[in-house]
Amino acid sequence: MLDKNGIAKRIAQEVKNGYYVNLGIGIPTLVANFVRDDIEVEFQSENGILGMGPFPTETQVDADLINAGKQTITALPGASFFDSALSFGMIRGQHVDLTILGAMEVAQDGNIANWKIPGKMVKGMGGAMDLVGSAKNIIVAMMHTNKAGQSKLLKSCSLPLTGVKCVTKIVTNLAVLDIVDGQFKLIERAPGVSVEEIKKATEGDLIVEGDVPEMKF
Amino acid sequence: MITKTVNSVSEALEDVQDGMTFMLGGFGLSGIPENAIAELVNRNIKDITCISNNAGVDDFGLGLLLKKKQIKKMISSYVGENAEFERQMLSGELEVDLIPQGTLAERCRAAQNGVPAFFTPAGYGTEVAEGKEVREFDGKPHILEHAFKADFAFIKAWKGDTAGNLIFKGTARNFNPNMCGAAKITVVEVEELVEAGELDPNFIHIPGVFVQRIFKGESFEKRIEKRTVKD
Repeated sequence: MLDKNGIAKRIAQEVKNGYYVNLGIGIPTLVANFVRDDIEVEFQSENGILGMGPFPTETQVDADLINAGKQTITALPGASFFDSALSFGMIRGQHVDLTILGAMEVAQDGNIANWKIPGKMVKGMGGAMDLVGSAKNIIVAMMHTNKAGQSKLLKSCSLPLTGVKCVTKIVTNLAVLDIVDGQFKLIERAPGVSVEEIKKATEGDLIVEGDVPEMKF
Repeated sequence: MITKTVNSVSEALEDVQDGMTFMLGGFGLSGIPENAIAELVNRNIKDITCISNNAGVDDFGLGLLLKKKQIKKMISSYVGENAEFERQMLSGELEVDLIPQGTLAERCRAAQNGVPAFFTPAGYGTEVAEGKEVREFDGKPHILEHAFKADFAFIKAWKGDTAGNLIFKGTARNFNPNMCGAAKITVVEVEELVEAGELDPNFIHIPGVFVQRIFKGESFEKRIEKRTVKD
C-alpha cells in the first residue's frame, strides 16, 4: 500500500517530456518532487504562473509569489506571470497537457465530485470545474477509501458533481485504474496489494484482465 | 494626459454606499486591495455584494468585513480558509454564489470588454449549470454565463502612474487586471505611484483608460497565508 508520496511518485511517471502540467492542491502538489530531471516540464498554477519552481528559502519568500494552494513558491528560468482570465484561457483552450487533481468521489462513468458536502463542508470548486470541463488528460490522485473506510470509486457519485465523464485515470494508495467503457479497469496494483483487496475497496464495477502487474518504481 | 490621481483612500471611496456591488482583486491574500478594504470597514458600509475569488481569512482581507457582518452576498470560487465565512454560510446569514474560477475571471473580463455573455464548458452537468442555457459546439455542451455588473472595482497594483497606467507583480496580478474597467468606477491602490512618462509604455499591463481613481496605498501588510520554505 502506498502513502501520499508513493501516489505522487507513481503519477510522476505519467508526466512526459514537453508537458505543461497543472497540479491541484494536496497529493497532486507532491508530484513535482518526483518528476524525472532529464525531461523538460513546466508546472502551471492557475493563480497565474507558468514555470513554477520549488518552495523558497527564508530570504527568497515573497508575498507576491504564491501557488494555487496559497503557499509561497519560486519562479524558474523561463517562467511567466499572467492574469486569471488568461490562466483559464490556457486551461480551457487545452494548452495545458495534463491535469492532476484530488477527489472525494470518482464514478465509473468518469464523473468526479470534490467541492462540496451538502450541509457540512462547502469550500468551493476553485478552478476544478474549469479544469475538468476542458482538460484532455485528467488524472485523479486520491486514497482508495475515505476516513470511514468507504470506497471512493463508485458506481455513481453521491456528492454534488464537479464534472461529468471527464476522468480517464485514477491513482490511489492501492492501484492504478483507467476508466474504460463506463467501468474501472485495473491496470496496476500497489506493492504488496492483492487484486482481492482492490476489489473489496472498489464499489464500482471493476474489470480485471489476466495477471495485473505491480507498480514499478 | 488625463490625471487619475486622488489624494487618499478616503477620497477614492467617498461615494461608496450601502447595498452596492464591489469587485475586489486578489487570490488568497495575495494582491488584495488592503487599503480599500480597511476603508470599507471604517465607513461601515453595509449590505455589500462582493465579487472576489476568495473571502480572506478570519482576521484579514475580506474576513474583516465578514466579521462585522457588512457583507450580504459573496460571489467566489473558493472560500475554504475562513471559518467565520463557513459558519455564516451554513447558518444562512450570508448569501453565497460559488462559481468556477475561470468563469469568475471571464465574467469580469467580459464586463471589461463589453461582451454581455459567453459559453463555457465549465460546470456543465453540475449544480452550477442549473437554470442556464446549454448549447453544443463541436459536439460538446457549454453553458451560458453573463458578464458581471458592479458599482466599484477595487484593485491592487504594484506600480502605477498619474495617468492610471498599471503594472502588476508576480502572482499578485491574478484577477486585478480583469476587474479594471469591469465596474462603473475602478479604484486602484499602488505601492509606488510615479509621474506619467516614467513607466515604459511597452511594459504597461493595464492602460489608464480602464482606471478612474488611483492612489498610493498608505501601507501594505501583504500578509502571507501559507509561508512555506525549503527544508
